[in-house]
Amino acid sequence: MDRIPILKLGGALIVTIQVDMHDRLMLALEEDLTAKIASTGARGVLIEISALEIVDSFIGRMLDNIAAISRVLDAETVVVGMRPAVAITLIELGLNLTGIKTALNVERGMAMIQARLDEDDADGLGSTRAHRED
Amino acid sequence: MRTDSEARVPIAKTDLLPIRSGEDVVRVRQQVRARAIEIGLGLVDQTKIITAASELARNTLDYGGGGEVRIDLVEEGGRKGVRLTFEDQGPGIPDIAQALTDHYTTGGGLGLGLGGAKRLSNEFHIESTLGVGTRITIARWKSR
Repeated sequence: MDRIPILKLGGALIVTIQVDMHDRLMLALEEDLTAKIASTGARGVLIEISALEIVDSFIGRMLDNIAAISRVLDAETVVVGMRPAVAITLIELGLNLTGIKTALNVERGMAMIQARLDEDDADGLGSTRAHRED
Repeated sequence: MRTDSEARVPIAKTDLLPIRSGEDVVRVRQQVRARAIEIGLGLVDQTKIITAASELARNTLDYGGGGEVRIDLVEEGGRKGVRLTFEDQGPGIPDIAQALTDHYTTGGGLGLGLGGAKRLSNEFHIESTLGVGTRITIARWKSR
C-alpha cells in the first residue's frame, strides 16, 4: 500500500501531501505520524497541502485528529499551503478547523515550529529531549 | 426514472460511476473535476462541486451501503452545468430535515455531508424511501 513519506528536520516532522487522499492513505498517515512523533520526540509537525484540490469533511476530520494526537504527544501541528479556493469551500462546507494551527506557507509554518523549539531551548528542555534521543 | 425538471434539460454527456470503496470516492472526485473543467467552471466553483461530490459519495458509501453516481453535463438556454445524481439502495433516511442539519450524524462523522453539499451546490434535491434507498441530485452552473 502507498504511504506518504515523513521527513525529519531537526525537531520537526514534515509531510507534504502530493496525491489525492483516499481513506486508507489518510489513516496510514495518522498512524505513521503518531509512531514517528513518539520515536523521534519531534515537537512540531508541518503538513503541506498545496497540492490538495479539496479538503472534505473526512480529510478535515483526519487533519484535526492528527493535530489532537500530536498535541497529546507534546508536538504542535501546523497545516500550511491551503489553496484559497479550498479555504473558501471549507468554510462554506461548515468546517472551521478550529483545532488546527495553519500558516500561509512552509516558511511561516516552520517559523511557528521553530519558535516553539527555541522556547524549549531557552527552558533547557531542548537538551533533555535531545538527550533522550541518544 | 427521471423527474420533470431533469427531462427538460438536454444532457450533453453522461458518466456512470460505481461507489463501492474509498478509491471509488477518489475516482468520482476526479471525474467530476474533469467535467467541471470541461464546461469552464471557475476554480472556486470547481472546488465546491468536487467537495460536494466527495461528501455525497462518502454518504452513499457509508450510509447507503454503496451505490452509484451519474455525472451529467447539462445545457439550458446556453448555460452549462454539471449535475450529479447519487443513488443507493440502502436503508433510506427517516428524517430528511434532521439529516440536513449540521452536525447531525448517525455514522460517527462530522455530520456536515448533506447540509454542506447543499450549501456548495446551486441546486439540491433529495428523495429517500425507507427500505428502498436514497437519491440525491445536485448541480452547479457556470456563472455568466
